[in-house]
Amino acid sequence: MKQVISFVLNGDRMELEVESHWTLLYLLREHLEITGTKPGCESGECGACTVLVNGKAINSCIFPAMEVHGATVITIEGLAKPSGELHPLQKAFVEHGGVQCGFCTPGMIMAAKGLLDENPNPTEDEIRHALAGNICRCTGYVQIIEAVMAASRTASQQ
Amino acid sequence: MEALGSVGKRVPKLDAADKVTGRAVYIQDLKVPGMLYGKILRSKYPHARIIHIDTSKAKKLLGVRAVITAEDVPEVRFGLMKDQPALKGQKVRSYRDEVAAVAAIDPQIAEEAISSIEVEYDSLPGVFNPEEAMKEGAPLVHEENKSNVLKIPWKLVEGDVDQARKDSAFVAEDSYDLTWVTHCCMGTEGVIADFDLRNNLTVYRNTQIPYLAQRDFNDALRAMGLKGSKSRVIKPTIAGGFGSKLDTYAFEYIAILLAYVTRKPVKILQTREEEFRYTSTRQPAIVNIAQGCDQNGKLTFRDISMTLDNGAYTSWGATTPSVMMMPISSLYKVPNVRYEATCVYTNNTWSQAMRGYGNPQATFAIESNLDQLALEAGIDPMEFRLINANEPGEITPQRFKITTCGLKECIWEVGKRLEWEKRKKGAKIEGRGIGMASLIHVGGGARVYKSDGCGTIVKVDDFGTVSVFTGATDIGQGAETVIAQMVADEIGVMPEDVTIIDNDTDVCPWDVGVHASRTTFVAGNSALMAARKVKEQILKISAGYVDRWKDKEGNRHETKLDDDPANLFVRDRMICSATDPETKVSLGKILRGAHYSQGGTMIMAEHFYDPDNENLDREFKGNLSKTYAYGTHGVEVEVDKETGKVKILKYIAAHDVGRAINPMLLEGQIYGAAAMGTGYALTEQLILEEGKVMNANFRDYKILTAKDVIPVEPVIVETMDQDGPYGAKGIGEPGCVPSAPAIANAIYDAIGVRIKSLPITPEKIVEALRGKK
Repeated sequence: MKQVISFVLNGDRMELEVESHWTLLYLLREHLEITGTKPGCESGECGACTVLVNGKAINSCIFPAMEVHGATVITIEGLAKPSGELHPLQKAFVEHGGVQCGFCTPGMIMAAKGLLDENPNPTEDEIRHALAGNICRCTGYVQIIEAVMAASRTASQQ
Repeated sequence: MEALGSVGKRVPKLDAADKVTGRAVYIQDLKVPGMLYGKILRSKYPHARIIHIDTSKAKKLLGVRAVITAEDVPEVRFGLMKDQPALKGQKVRSYRDEVAAVAAIDPQIAEEAISSIEVEYDSLPGVFNPEEAMKEGAPLVHEENKSNVLKIPWKLVEGDVDQARKDSAFVAEDSYDLTWVTHCCMGTEGVIADFDLRNNLTVYRNTQIPYLAQRDFNDALRAMGLKGSKSRVIKPTIAGGFGSKLDTYAFEYIAILLAYVTRKPVKILQTREEEFRYTSTRQPAIVNIAQGCDQNGKLTFRDISMTLDNGAYTSWGATTPSVMMMPISSLYKVPNVRYEATCVYTNNTWSQAMRGYGNPQATFAIESNLDQLALEAGIDPMEFRLINANEPGEITPQRFKITTCGLKECIWEVGKRLEWEKRKKGAKIEGRGIGMASLIHVGGGARVYKSDGCGTIVKVDDFGTVSVFTGATDIGQGAETVIAQMVADEIGVMPEDVTIIDNDTDVCPWDVGVHASRTTFVAGNSALMAARKVKEQILKISAGYVDRWKDKEGNRHETKLDDDPANLFVRDRMICSATDPETKVSLGKILRGAHYSQGGTMIMAEHFYDPDNENLDREFKGNLSKTYAYGTHGVEVEVDKETGKVKILKYIAAHDVGRAINPMLLEGQIYGAAAMGTGYALTEQLILEEGKVMNANFRDYKILTAKDVIPVEPVIVETMDQDGPYGAKGIGEPGCVPSAPAIANAIYDAIGVRIKSLPITPEKIVEALRGKK
C-alpha cells in the first residue's frame, strides 16, 4: 500500500509517496539518501537511528514512515546552523571526547537533544536514564555524559 | 619549544565534527552506481554433509542477477591455515558455513532468493566441547587431519618448574573457565567489491588490515584464474574494530565472486543478527594454573596449561597463545615458567582476535590465582604484587627487554586511591571488598609478522598546509589526530594545518595493520621521522632566504634569514632565526618560493619505520615489542548476598603509557576498555547450544549501557619511553586486560567466594555462597 505523506524534515517541507512497510529509517537513508542517521540493529535495541519526531526521541528503525505525516522530524543533519556552526551538544561532544568511532554519535546526540529540550538542567542520573537505550561500545559513556552535562551548562548560561 | 606545541594537550579528534554532524561516511552509507546487494545462505546444521543444493527457484526471481554455490565458482580458500573455502560444497562444519549466495537489485529480493534455496543435508554427529573433541572416537571436524587437535604446538619453557614447585614454600593451584564474547562494533561489517574492465578489483571494506587484506584479495584473484589482476582496498570511516576486522572472511570473497560473475559492484552488509552469529569471537579457554612462592613471597614458578576451543576453522584465535605467553612469562618476576596450549577443532563458531588478543583470558587466571597464592602465603595482595613487580632493565624469561616500566607506580596509585592499607587494617564493611590486578602488554609494536612496519609520506603545499599519507588505520581510537599532533609539532604548524590521508592502498604507504596497540608507537614514529625530514628540507631552502616586503607606508624592507639551517626553526607557521628572534618569514612564502622558481623543488619526504623488535624464535622467545605497557586496575565492589548483584563503587585504572600525546583520547581508551573489561567480567556471554548462538541481539547479549556506567578514574603514569614518539607507548588494548581479575578479587574480598568462570553472574555468586554455607 502506498500513501502520500507530508511532513517537515529539518525545517524543509516534504511531500512524498511512501510504502506502508517502510520505516522512517528506510525513508531517510534509502529513499532520501540522508545517511547521518545510522542503522545499528534495525530492531529498536541500540538507538543508533534515534531522531526527533515532534520533539520526542524515537528509534526510526521501528517507526513506520507513514506515521510522520503532519509531524516535524529532526535528524542529526538538522542541528548545525547553515553557517556550519555546531549545535552546543555537537560542540560539547567534540570538545569532551564524546566521539570515538562515531557510529552511535548521531543517535546519542539526538537522544540527548530530546532530553535537554524537555529538561534543560538534567542530573547525571537523568542523563544516564535518557541515554540508556543508546548503546556505545567505544567510550564507556563517561565522556558522553560529560558532554551532555557541559552542553546543558552552556545552554543555561545563554 | 615543546610547550607551545599540541603534544600533551586535549586536542579534539580531527574527525569529530564530521561524526557529530552525520557527514562521516561508513560502509553502511556507501553506494556505488549500479550496485547489487549480496546475501549469503548459511548452514542449517552444525555438522553435515551437503547432498544437494537446488537454486532453481532463486534463479527465476525477478531482480536476481546471480546465484552461486561452490559448484559454480572457482574455489577460493582463506584463513590462517587455508582450512576453508568461501563457499562450502561437500560438508558444513558449523552454523556459520556459507553454502550459497545471491546478488540482486535490492536487499529484499536477495533475502527472498536466499530463503527459496533448498539444501538437502545428511546430518553428522557434532562435537561442541574441546575436551570431548580430543577424546578417541570423537567426530572429526576435518577428517583429513585425522585428529581435532591443531598442529600448532604452543609451548614455552624456562627454568625448572617441577624443581621450583618442590622448593616452594607455598603453592596455589586452580582451574579457570573463559567463555565466548564478541566485539559488538556499533557498525556491522560490510564490503563492496567492484571489478573494472581489466579485471582489477576495488574493495571497499571496514578493515583493520588494508594491506594484508589486499594480499589476501590478490591471492583470491589468482585462485580465480585472473593472472595479472590487482586489488585495491578503500576504507570508509570505520565504526569500531576491537580485533574483529583483523582477518578476511568468507563474505568478502563471496562479494568478490558475485561481482565477478555479475560484472557489477556487489555489496554485502551484515545485519546485527548476522554480526552476532557470524563474527569470530574471543576464544574460550579452559585454564589450569599453579603458581608458587618462597617464604618471603617471591614468585618461584608459574605453570599453566590451556585448552582452547578453536571452533570449526582457524583464524587468528589459534595464535593468541603467542600473546598469552606474554603475561604468563613476564607479568611480575617469575624465574621458572611452563606453558602449553592445545587448540582444538569443534563444531562451534570459530574464534579470532579481540582487544587484548588472549591477554584478558591469561591475565584472569594469573591474577585470580595470584590472590589465592598471596592468601596461602599470608601476605597482603598489594604487598605481594609489589614484591614481585617488574622493573626497568629486566630481561624476562621470554627474553623481553623491559625498558621503561611503571608497574610499581601503578600499584601504588591504585593502593593510594582505594585507601588500601587503611581498608585492610580497618574493620570489614559488610558486603564490600577491594581487589586489584595488573597487566603487561606490548607497547612498542609487536613483531608477529616478518615486518612490524608502517610507512608515511609527508607533503607540504604552497600554503604551509601539510598532507600526511599514512598506512595507519583509524578505527575510532583517534590515530589520525595523534599523528597530526606529532607531525604538527615536529614541523612547527598547527594540528588543524595537517590533513591525514589513510583510506586507500593505491595512495598510502604500507602498514601491517591496526593491532597490538601499535599505531601511536609505530605509525607515530614513522610520521615523526618523515616530518623531521620535511622540516630539514624546509630549513635548507630557508637558509639565507631574503624576504622583500613593503610596509603600510610603502617603504621597502628586507628580512634575511640566517645562512645556516642549524640556526633556523619553525614555529607557528613562521621560519625564525634562532640568532635573532625578530627575524622571521612565513612558511607559506618560502614554500611558494620553492615552487615558483627555476629548478624549483617539492617539499616531500617518506619514512618507513620498522622497530627493531624480534619475532619469537622456535622456543617462542624473543623481544616481541620495542617496549612494554604496564598497568594496574583496582576496584571496590558491593555484593548483595541475597541477589548476587555486584555494584562497582570505585574503579581506578592506572596505566604506564610512556607519555600521553593526547590525554583526552587516552582517557577515552581507558574508559571504553574498562567498560568492555567489566562487561567481560560481569555481563557478557555469547551463549552457544550445540554450536548455535542463542542470544544474537542486544537484549540478550548484555553490554554495559549508560545506566551501568562504571566510575572509572584513569591515572596516567608517564615513564617517557626512550623509543616512543615523544615518549609514548601503546594504550588501545591494555585497559580491558585486568578488569575481570580485579573485579573477581574484589568480590572474593567482599564475600569470601571465588568465581572462576566468566561472566560472574548473580546466579553464580548466589550458588557459590550457598555452597560455602
